[in-house]
Amino acid sequence: MVSLRRLAAAIPLIASLALVGCAGDGGGLQSQKLATIKGRGKLICGVDGKLPGFSFVGPDGSYSGLDVDVCKATAAAVLGDARKVDYRDLNSSERFAALASGEVDLLSRNTTYTLSRDAAGGNGLNFAPTVFYDGQGVMVPNSSGIKNLKDLAGKPICVESGTTTELNLADRMREIDTPYTPLKFQTGDQTYAAYLQGRCVAVTSDRSQLAGKRTSFPDPAAHTLLPDTLSKEPLSPATVNADPVWSDAVRWIVYALLQAEELGITQANVEAKVAEAKAKTNLADLRRFLGVEGDFGKQLGLPADFVVQAVKAVGNYGEIFERNVGTGSKLKLERGLNRQWKEGGLIYSPPFR
Amino acid sequence: MGSPIQAQAGAAPPWWRNRRLIPWLVQVGVGLVVLVLVAFLVGNLVRNLTAAGLLLSWSWIHNPSGFDIAETLLPFNAALPYWRALLAGLVNTVRVVIAGLVGATALGTLMGTASFSSNGLLRRLARIYVEVIRNIPLLLQLVFWYFVVFLQLPNGTAALQLPGVVLAKSGLYLGHTALVNGVWQGSLRFTVEFTALLTGLVVYTGAFIAEVVRGGIAAVPQGQWEAARSLGFSPLQTLQRIVLPQSLPVILPGLNSQYISLAKNSSLAVACGYTDLYSVAETTLNQTGRAVEVVLILLGAYLVIDLLISALMNGLNQLVQIKER
Repeated sequence: MVSLRRLAAAIPLIASLALVGCAGDGGGLQSQKLATIKGRGKLICGVDGKLPGFSFVGPDGSYSGLDVDVCKATAAAVLGDARKVDYRDLNSSERFAALASGEVDLLSRNTTYTLSRDAAGGNGLNFAPTVFYDGQGVMVPNSSGIKNLKDLAGKPICVESGTTTELNLADRMREIDTPYTPLKFQTGDQTYAAYLQGRCVAVTSDRSQLAGKRTSFPDPAAHTLLPDTLSKEPLSPATVNADPVWSDAVRWIVYALLQAEELGITQANVEAKVAEAKAKTNLADLRRFLGVEGDFGKQLGLPADFVVQAVKAVGNYGEIFERNVGTGSKLKLERGLNRQWKEGGLIYSPPFR
Repeated sequence: MGSPIQAQAGAAPPWWRNRRLIPWLVQVGVGLVVLVLVAFLVGNLVRNLTAAGLLLSWSWIHNPSGFDIAETLLPFNAALPYWRALLAGLVNTVRVVIAGLVGATALGTLMGTASFSSNGLLRRLARIYVEVIRNIPLLLQLVFWYFVVFLQLPNGTAALQLPGVVLAKSGLYLGHTALVNGVWQGSLRFTVEFTALLTGLVVYTGAFIAEVVRGGIAAVPQGQWEAARSLGFSPLQTLQRIVLPQSLPVILPGLNSQYISLAKNSSLAVACGYTDLYSVAETTLNQTGRAVEVVLILLGAYLVIDLLISALMNGLNQLVQIKER
């Protein structure tokens, strides 16, 4: 193995050309990433850009969605202005390379948190808390008469390459001993186009994504999600392993959104809550959370009022969910697993202490 | 000659004017610069990979791949290791490249010679084909062929049918074709993805080859045509026996680079859903996170394919060179 390794190390002239200037964001106690973002005055956020409800470019060119709101909250917390974000549309294959190379500071692109993506020996990412608990589903046209996965035997299924869905599909179909033909495409647009053109009888992805894409179909009512859930898909923002200070900052900015909902702090009442915290010295918990006392912000390398800035920009987690994917939105998704832990969901922030 | 100068010099010239030393020094200098550059790049790669804990390792290649491949010549399933998946992808790439080379050569030669036709319509059509096709990016053309042409084909009884050929949304069927339970069967079946990719590559590369062929024919002196005609050769005979053989030495080197482009362009297969080496490598990369290793495999594979094509074409080129005696 050693000689092979040496040989391989000698060859990659071209590969290294591609990597020159990419890595090397090594952070000590000081965060190079935070310094870069502050110096640049902008957060560069990797998103999907074509997924209604999560990240979508509106007719006026502005981005919106749950993933986008995470970017905005982060920009508000770090830079004090939610508008200071540069969005990069990434497809599922290029997203990790874009993050690893430092092209984007934060990946907020409906990415499933998995072992191999997190591990230093795998993709080497660092995941922030899950912002959407999802599961993989399969969508079929109503007219196909397909009722469950077994009915898909021998049929072509469209799937986006470079996703966990591609692998879950293979695992599950092997498990139930059902042969099928995977048709892989590099982008979601191509995948859904091939499905709508009738090349595949089914398309598989995260249920939320299927629901989101369906809203832009010519006839959304003509397509159904099969009842089977193929996998757990906790969708989480991600940063690189190399800069733990920055990763922690992102992690706690997301937690702040969850905690704000738990504490009943909303976009509308956050100013009033700050005033209340300032007035009443006995509300120590609230005072620390909102940065009126203590140095949580400083410990993370963020401004003292980072929580206030984030909530002011996009609201708390519940508001973000409702606005983008909830029953009031086009996607009409139930909170389900994404309820607060006190209501039986999985949304839970560790204490701000 | 030059003896007066040498005589004048008498003593040896200073070293910076030594005709033998200077070129040698320049060579050493260039060599050093290249070495330093390579050392810097490799060092940088190894340093950064080590920092990221990602030093090159190849043990993953024996792990089960866990994904399926839609169409393969070699039997494949998700339980087989990554190297088998990559091999199946490579075979798929080679398959479309070989078919593409044959098709593009035929189409290119036809269109290249058509631009010398005495039929004005044919001549203009050939020109329009070349100008339109070579000025549109290949990726767009592939997307066009796949989504706009092939995926619009009907299925079942409405499919396009000729004796021995059926073209449906599910694919191209050749030989003995029959409709069984609403699904076409044929003795030879190509998926619509393969067909779309092949069409795209053939049409695109064909336009460039047409230009190469046209250039080669134009390089044959007009006198050769006239001489052939005065000897009673028909235009087709002139082309076959007099002009094409003489233009081959001009055509082949240009053809070589077009062949190489075709092989490299086949990596755009994923745009129309065909599982080639690049597509398999991408899935592998996504699963294993071994970006450098997978990219190295890709680099190596395409390099070998292209070097093989190049070697073949160079051999062929030597054969057709005009033997001067």
